[in-house]
Formats: sequence, C-alpha cells, structure tokens
Amino acid sequence: MADKKRAFDVTTLPGFTAIAITAFVLLYAPIITLVFYSFNGGNSVNQWGGFSLQWYVVAWNNEAVQDATARSLIIAVWAAVISTALATMAALGTTRRGKFKGQTVIYIIINQPLMVPEIVTAVALLIFFSSVKIATGYSGLGYLILAHSAFCIPFAYLPIKARLEGMDTAMETAAADLYATPWQTFRYVTLPLLLPGVIAGAMLAFIISLDNVIITEFVKSAGQDTLPTYMLGQLRRALTPEVNAISTALLALTVLILTVFFIVTKKRD
Amino acid sequence: MSGRSKGLNGWLLSSPALILLLLAASGPLLIVAVYSVLEKGDYSGVRWILSGDGWFNVLFQRDIFDQTVSLADANLSIFWRSVKLSIATTLITFAFGLPTAWFIATRPPKSRALWLFLITIPFWTNLLIRTFAIMEVIRNQGILNTFLTWTGLISEPIQILYTDTAVLIGMVYVYLPLMVLPLYAAIDRFDFRLIEAGYDLYASRWQVLRGVILPIIRPGIVAGSILVFIPSLGAYVTPRVLGGGKNMMIGNFIELQFGQGQNWPLGAALSTVLLLVVLISLVVYTRVTSKDDPRG
Repeated sequence: MADKKRAFDVTTLPGFTAIAITAFVLLYAPIITLVFYSFNGGNSVNQWGGFSLQWYVVAWNNEAVQDATARSLIIAVWAAVISTALATMAALGTTRRGKFKGQTVIYIIINQPLMVPEIVTAVALLIFFSSVKIATGYSGLGYLILAHSAFCIPFAYLPIKARLEGMDTAMETAAADLYATPWQTFRYVTLPLLLPGVIAGAMLAFIISLDNVIITEFVKSAGQDTLPTYMLGQLRRALTPEVNAISTALLALTVLILTVFFIVTKKRD
Repeated sequence: MSGRSKGLNGWLLSSPALILLLLAASGPLLIVAVYSVLEKGDYSGVRWILSGDGWFNVLFQRDIFDQTVSLADANLSIFWRSVKLSIATTLITFAFGLPTAWFIATRPPKSRALWLFLITIPFWTNLLIRTFAIMEVIRNQGILNTFLTWTGLISEPIQILYTDTAVLIGMVYVYLPLMVLPLYAAIDRFDFRLIEAGYDLYASRWQVLRGVILPIIRPGIVAGSILVFIPSLGAYVTPRVLGGGKNMMIGNFIELQFGQGQNWPLGAALSTVLLLVVLISLVVYTRVTSKDDPRG
C-alpha cells in the first residue's frame, strides 16, 4: 500500500490541477471576451458584426475621452514621480541601517493605504479637501495629484526596499574609502545600483494611479473626470462598445508596463 | 554610526513620505472620527455641535412623528449582506486559490515564472475593467446565459446581474489573485519532503493535507484571507456595478450618506466602524502569524 503511494509524485494532490486550470480559465475568459467584443463591427454589444476598429476610432475622437485620458496621464505621471522620489528616500532611511526606534511606526504609516479600505480614505479626503477648497478657493488637479501620490507610496516603496535589501554595502564603503562625499557615493554608486528598483516602483505607482476609481471619484471637482471615473459614469444597463475599446486599450497598457516591470526586476538575478 | 543618528537619519529620510501620507491619507481619517460625533448640517456637511446622532443612526432610527426608537432594519440588512458576501468571497477564493497556488508552486522553475505572471496580470488590471468583464459574462444576453440556453439547460436567461449572486461572483473574480499570491508565497517555502514523510508514515492524502500542509502554510492562509476579506468588506465598485444600486454593501451605503443621503455624521460613523473592523482583523492577523513563526 505504502509502496503504491510512493509511486505517485508527492507534490500532486488529487483534483488540485483541475481546479487550478479551471481558475485560470475563469480568470481569463471574461477579459478575453471583453477584448474580443471591443473589435466588434456591429452597433450592439450582443451581436458580433465582424472585425472592426470603429469603436477605437469613436473613443479616440470623443473629446470627453481625450480630456479624461490626458488628465489620467498627467495625474499618473506626477503621482509616480512624487511617490517614487519620497519612497526612495524612505527606503534609504529604513533599510540597511539596522533597527532603530520608531521603525515600526514608519512601516505602519507607509503601508497604511494598503490596509485601510479605500472607501474610508476616499470619504476622509472628501471631507478634508472640501474644506480646503472652500478656504483656499483652489480646485485644480493638485488635490488629485496629492491624494494619488500618497496612496502610491507603498507600491513604490516595496520594490525599492526589496532591491536595497539585496544590495551589498561593500560598494558604498569602498566609495567612501576613496574619499567620495556622501552625495557622490549616493549619485554614482547607490543610485545606479538601485535604479531597477526605482524604475519598478515608479511603474507600479503609475499603474496604481492610472487605475484608481474610488478616491478619484470622491476627490475630483466637477469636470475632472479621469478615464476610470469617466468609464464608471458611462455605465448604463450594459457596456457601450466604446467603453470596451477604452478598457482594452488600458488593459494593453497595463500588460505592457508589467512585462517591462518583470524584465527590469528579473535582471538582478 | 551611533544608534541615535541612525534613527535620526531614518526619520529624516522618511519624513517627506510620512508628511504626505499624514496629510493625504492617515490624517484625514481622524477628521472622519471627529465628524462622526457632530450634528448633521441642513443640506450637507456638519454643524460644529457635539451629537451622538451619527452613531445612533448606525443601528437605530427615530420615527419622525412620534419619536419612537426602533432598529434600522435597512441598515442591518446592508451590514449582514456585506459580512455574508465577504465571508463567502473569502471561502470561495480559498477553495480556488489553494489549488491554484499549489499548482503554480509545484511547476518546474522555468514555467513557474510564466504561471505567476499569468496570475499577476489580473491582479494589476484595473478593477473596474475586470468588473465590466464579468458583467459582460453574466448579463442576460451575455456569454453564460447564451451558452446555457444553447445547451438546453435553461429555456430563458437567468437573471444573475443585479443580484447578490452577481456581486459575489464579481468579488470572487476580482479578489482571487489576492488569495493566490500569499498562498503561493507560503507554499513556495514549503519543504515537500514533509509530505513524503507523511506518506511514509501511512498517512492518507487527506491526512497529509490536513495534518501537514495546511498547518505549515497557515500564515499564508491567514494573510490571503485578510487580503480578500478587508477589500470585500469595503467593496464599492463591484457592488455598484453588479448590484445595480439596490444590492448595497457598506461601501455604497457610506457613499450614499455623502451623496443623496446628505448625512455626513452617519457616513463618518459608518466609515469609523469599517475602519475598526479592519484594525481588529489586522491585530488578529499579527497575533496568529507571530505565534506561527517558529523563530519567535
């Protein structure tokens, strides 16, 4: 009996492979359907009317979509730059120095956006920024950039911290031994070594900002739709083929960024 | 470097990030707590007068005419739906997630990266897009109903969209990667020789799973469950899109108070409740996982 069992591969559990394959199929089938129907030539989402790019053309020429896209990109670029810069500093401050007092507090504050339900943060920012808007009279994109930069910090921080932890301090010690100033050591030794982590962090922050719906929905002033809030606003009984096309374009951008992300982070091995 | 200056540098370098987070993420949470004990304004906002109405209205309602107090059934059914759907989502994602994570972790190293990449793509794909995608599948003229009608299993489309089932399907779909990734991380560190040892000692497959595998990967199970449960409980987009406005969860109920409901103190109190539930889950999580860590 025991011999018979040992003949099996011990890592195989009955039914697990079948469930796993099912899970992958279920994960991808809806996305593939969405992509497929974005190339629908017909006017209705229900009927396949041949291959066509017409809905991409419609979306491309829609002024509201153009504005929302521009706004999404502006916010995401700013959020990625700001959050990555701040996250890099924080990672340098909290990694490779040994434990110090209050380190846990720093971790908790940095990772807080990952833990608090987004709707709660959204409501909190709505209350806070609405009073600031009244007090200052300013109602531009600044609030969205600020909010996005904040919740992007943990996403930028994680890959940078991981990269730093894998880096040997010997190079920096060598540079210091050769009379490099701390700034020179950072600029010519630490930063180039850290760069893949920084790029990875910035890309994750960019995706997270680009995808955000809830906080944006609550913080934005009138006429400040981003692509996701525009899409949510367009939702009626069914999806319009135009929203399908925008979704597919966003999906393609995400896959592209992720692929680059994996190539960049793979290089360190 | 002395311990003190290490700490000082650590704080100095982290301070810009911390200031931004306190300004635009953590700090405003305190304002929410304050608003929950203020009086409701005439249209929106609050009046700066202390009032317990926000918290009172979480569970109770007062009749406008005779001032009698009764339980707010509508609110209770929303809480119950949120908790019920979140627990169901956690259990179902676990049922799918464990085999999936196991499958990925037992692939040869080369193809493992590819499978992992395949689970990461949905993880990073816009939640709204994934919710739209599942909506396309389950709506009356969608693929699922078309397929079932074609096979002859049903004669007319089943109404799934705008029901609790739709919200459940949607949440399982969007949060599954959040369950798979921590489970994978736990299984990846698992020493498969332990299974062999189990079989050598005449354990059945079920006994190996229950007695060896599950206890060892428990931190991964707890992490995955928390990562799915918390966003499920605070879900907003999925119930809004798939529940069609009627099948509200706490997240939508909170939004309602700041929108049409015009009851900011109630919305703030509800947000605080949600925040407290999350905090408690996180404390439980750290307790459970720190106990599991053999290194102490």
